[in-house]
Amino acid sequence: MSKNLLAYIVSLLLLGGAIVLGVTIGTVTISPVVLWNPASDAAAANILWNIRMPRVVLAGLVGAALAIAGAAFQGLLKNPLADPYTLGVSSGASVGAVMTLFFGISLPFLGSFTLPVMSMAGALMTMFLVMGFAKLVDRSMKMETVILTGIIFSSFLGSLISLMIALTGEELRQIIGWLLGSVSMRGWPYVQMALPFIIIGSFVLWLNRRELNAMLFGEERAQHLGVDVKKRKLAILIGGSVLTGAAVAVSGTIGFVGLVVPHMTRLVWGSDHRHLLPLSFMNGAALLIVCDLAARTIISPTELPIGVITAFIGAPVFAFIFFRQRKGGTSNA
Amino acid sequence: MLEITNLSGGYGEKNIISDVSFRVEKGAMLGILGPNGSGKSTLMKLISGVLPANVGSVKISGRKIGDYPAKELAREMAVLPQLHVHAFSHTVRETVSLGRYPHQQGWFSSWSTEDEDAVVEAMRLMDILHYEKTQIDQLSGGEQQRVFVAQALAQNASILLLDEPTNHLDINHQKELLDTIKKQAIEKDLTVVSIFHDINLAAMYCDQLLLLDKGEVFQIGEPHEVIREQDIEAVYQTRVINHPHPELPKPQITLLPNVKRKTEINNIKAEDFSITAERVLYRSRVPLKTVSSAVVNPGSGWYRNFMNRHVDANYNVDDSVEEMKSYIEQKGIKSTDTIGMMTAVQTEHAIVKEYEGPFGTIIIAVTAGVGNGVDVSKAVERTMQVGTINTWIMVNGILSEEAFIQAMITATEAKTKALQHEQVLDPLTGTIATGTSTDSCLVAATQQGEQLPYAGPVTEVGKLIGLGVFECTVEGIKLYREAKRR
Repeated sequence: MSKNLLAYIVSLLLLGGAIVLGVTIGTVTISPVVLWNPASDAAAANILWNIRMPRVVLAGLVGAALAIAGAAFQGLLKNPLADPYTLGVSSGASVGAVMTLFFGISLPFLGSFTLPVMSMAGALMTMFLVMGFAKLVDRSMKMETVILTGIIFSSFLGSLISLMIALTGEELRQIIGWLLGSVSMRGWPYVQMALPFIIIGSFVLWLNRRELNAMLFGEERAQHLGVDVKKRKLAILIGGSVLTGAAVAVSGTIGFVGLVVPHMTRLVWGSDHRHLLPLSFMNGAALLIVCDLAARTIISPTELPIGVITAFIGAPVFAFIFFRQRKGGTSNA
Repeated sequence: MLEITNLSGGYGEKNIISDVSFRVEKGAMLGILGPNGSGKSTLMKLISGVLPANVGSVKISGRKIGDYPAKELAREMAVLPQLHVHAFSHTVRETVSLGRYPHQQGWFSSWSTEDEDAVVEAMRLMDILHYEKTQIDQLSGGEQQRVFVAQALAQNASILLLDEPTNHLDINHQKELLDTIKKQAIEKDLTVVSIFHDINLAAMYCDQLLLLDKGEVFQIGEPHEVIREQDIEAVYQTRVINHPHPELPKPQITLLPNVKRKTEINNIKAEDFSITAERVLYRSRVPLKTVSSAVVNPGSGWYRNFMNRHVDANYNVDDSVEEMKSYIEQKGIKSTDTIGMMTAVQTEHAIVKEYEGPFGTIIIAVTAGVGNGVDVSKAVERTMQVGTINTWIMVNGILSEEAFIQAMITATEAKTKALQHEQVLDPLTGTIATGTSTDSCLVAATQQGEQLPYAGPVTEVGKLIGLGVFECTVEGIKLYREAKRR
């Protein structure tokens, strides 16, 4: 029990630290004092609350959403390389989002929520297509099969996006920047757009934490233990897709967060989903806030897309996990 | 109570299992046997509801399993499938705790003392408490298996379905695990259905066995009704021999390898017996199937060396078996491959004779000392004394189990007749002795050559045994008496 308590305390401290760093460091360094005493420096407070804070909160939400979705996908598929990006779900969400922008779609009654909803629809459809195709190829859904299927779908969907971009002609740079992933210049409206879906998606996954534990032993075993596998699996896939859709809609495709964070969290705190899910949520938020900070400060005044930073960290971790799985696989067999 | 009626099903439309029906009562254990590919695991999946039945039904306490919600079914029935590999690791405690999943209710954690007790008890039963905090992937296959059995036990279900529960376990843990499950079945009135790889284990632990062949019930019933040579041979396509368990009223089988070892032809000959003042020794090049009442290695078995050792009339050692074994070893002979007898008679007076019949030859070897004759019909408690008639019958032929027994009877009758012929008296009663108080007998056969299914007095071999033992014993008694007179 004390280990779990420690896990939450450490994760909260990391998150708090990341937020403080995120809002104080930048082209203008702001004293943390402004956080609780805005009156001390009104101009700084303005930057902090209207520019930096929404950016930090958005980065945190996106990181949290991708990380918890990644943790759930990995548990569900018993596949340590699964995350919204490697499964192609992010690309699906992107297609949904780009289509919305490209055709200027606005669904009735949804208003500004059209973008995240279309993203989620794209994510969910891709999820089912990838799962269905992988199962067709290989009933046992081996790790490599699922990831390869994800890559195939990613490439295909990527080409669709490229086509749409080519057809728009204008605003090319902006869309490409968005695609590479960024949380800059979004402001509070984007936070409002994503927040409800991220709360709902995370809650759905959290409700399935025990089921995810059982499913680590395989769907058949989970059924023996009394899990209503069909229902729960659907709930987890929908929850994960909602989170991915919401994140992509506001920030574009940011890869590897859903891979790196659950992996590190599992390594340090264990793979019990009752704790893995909330801890991944917090650590994902902290990581993306820090990545965003790096993205906007490393070659300041130019900003790097945040996806570049996460890929820079994530791809080697991906390679490392793959290497370890393969090595472990041969020695355990 | 588990009731399976006309169950058929498999993967998709094709039936792998067809028309299986049986019933297992509370507290009873049913073992499912069958060769690879006979559909054992598929039957298990149909029973557990992982695969839907195409025809027929599985009922728990009269209610179809399809009508149970997933959690409720898991509270009634716990399943142990074959071991799986996982990508992520849980600790042993976390794994066993998952067994309590069907008992968890609500959105938030509802871990009760009942849950905790069930988990600890299951870990205690499977002897894995000390691994509690270990990651499961760091355990050996056998230890993992015990963790999964504990997980199933923690479910506290009234029905246990086990798919080869003793997989990966060494013999000690196989026994421990099945003992535990059997005990649980009896104490908690569990219904147990288990697939077995090992026919003998199944026969020992199960009340009922089901022999599955090509997805159909080939035989069902108590172990003695199912473990029959011809049935096992038909289903498993291999030669087996059925024999009783040495301590339990359960049938067991032994495999008969088809690979013929290149055995030397061994013909026992009287001149190959080495006789000295110290012992009579016969060393065979191939093991002989032997039944005896010897000091070392009595009962039945296969042995190469046969020793009848002379000891002093006052020989008195606490552990004569160990002393005899070390004596044999001192002579450079392996005691585990040797039948050892003792006699106070001068071993150079041993009579060894060869008799020829139409099937081959037999050799009779007798050392006779009658100073301690006993009329068995008037036997009273006597102090044990060495002074003995040791009779060996060695047959060049294949003796059946009953032939061994008949050979013993025939030999004993012939010996008694010899004592009567020589007017050996029981000194206490004054009547004619039937033997001495410590006589030993040995029948050994090469199990090569002709089949000799019977060895009673009307058979060729029986006639030779009767004649040979009589002659040799008479001669032996005469030599003994001469020696005494001198």
